[in-house]
Amino acid sequence: MASQTHSPTDGTHEAIDIPQAEHGAGFPPFDANTFSSQILWLVITFGVFYWIMKNVVVPRLSGILEDRRDRIAGDLAEANRLKQETDEAIASYEQALADARAKAHGIASETRAKLKSGIESRREKAEADLAVKLSEAEAKITGMKNEALSQVEEIAGETTTELVKVLMGKAPTKTDLGKALKAALN
Amino acid sequence: MANDPIHQFHIQKLFPIEVGGMDFSFTNSSLFMVLTVAAASAFLILTTSGRGLVPTRLQSLSEMAYEFVANMLRSSAGSEGMRFFPLVFSLFMFVLVANLFGMFPYFFTITSHIIVTFVLAMLVILTVTIYGLMRHGVKFFGLFVPSGVPGALIPIVAPIEVISFLSRPVSLSVRLFANMLAGHITLKVFAGFVVSLSAMGAVGIFGAILPLGMTVALTALEFLVAFLQAYVFTVLTCMYLNDALHPSH
Repeated sequence: MASQTHSPTDGTHEAIDIPQAEHGAGFPPFDANTFSSQILWLVITFGVFYWIMKNVVVPRLSGILEDRRDRIAGDLAEANRLKQETDEAIASYEQALADARAKAHGIASETRAKLKSGIESRREKAEADLAVKLSEAEAKITGMKNEALSQVEEIAGETTTELVKVLMGKAPTKTDLGKALKAALN
Repeated sequence: MANDPIHQFHIQKLFPIEVGGMDFSFTNSSLFMVLTVAAASAFLILTTSGRGLVPTRLQSLSEMAYEFVANMLRSSAGSEGMRFFPLVFSLFMFVLVANLFGMFPYFFTITSHIIVTFVLAMLVILTVTIYGLMRHGVKFFGLFVPSGVPGALIPIVAPIEVISFLSRPVSLSVRLFANMLAGHITLKVFAGFVVSLSAMGAVGIFGAILPLGMTVALTALEFLVAFLQAYVFTVLTCMYLNDALHPSH
């Protein structure tokens, strides 16, 4: 076995000239004399390693990862809850806004109606006042006109009487005067 | 001696111990087993001691190792396979750290010895067999009769399956051992060329550039192999454990 396993390395051995005997017999990994010691120490060290992994490292790492997963899930749930709250707040805000708008609209139309009716009544009142004043003024004017007209007749009669007296030397009779005046004035 | 590519695999007794004619000496191999275990444990324990909700860089390295192995095990053996997680994680970390330790100059590579990889492989196979028999009893042997095989073919297929089952510890251990051994020998041979060529004067120094470049490239390759072989060992362990959990194919 020794000659087989050493054959690929003969080149380098020649170059540096190391006696084979220095390493003892055979190719080290196939040297069964070392097996018992290697097995024993592997079992001891790997056993200790396994114990440490099983009892310390693996529980700790899985704990860390689980904590993180829980925390992330919790945070996501919290974020969802907050989002829902925000949505609700937005909805209620919009509801309030719509209510306020409707209310404002109502107040505006009510005010408008109130103002409209107030203006209407005042205008009607003013118109009625004006109509009264107008008719009063008209009556006054008519009265004054009639008075004036009646005075005109009187003044005309007097003037005519005076004129006739001067021209004819005698005063006209009342009936003639009346007839003449009527004819002239109408 | 420095250029002998086999020298690095020699076992030296540091503290000779002999019990009943058997040699249980504390050797350089034992020393590096202890160092591997100590380094891996210290790293995993110290980096996770903060138990940070937001991991530090080193803590996330430990977490990555955990999740890497957990995903591997879960995808090939299902969530039931997680009961073997401490074993699989220990194997992965042990082999990985041992392989990487071997990349340090003058360090001993414990996985370059067939007996070490064979014991680890037997640990896996015995776990699979014993757990499979305890859990499924005789049904565990259904492993050797793949479902969907016509009755006439079973006498042919079953022996093949038995042979493939029996060769598992061999292939599992030889793959890791041979990769580490061959890699380290190749590396040493090319590095030896650099030394012997540069001893030959100016032309030799110029000629040594090629093996030097090769050594650098091989070192990178060996780091890849160190990780890859730990990964392959663990993946196959997971697949074998799957057989123990679900023997019917």
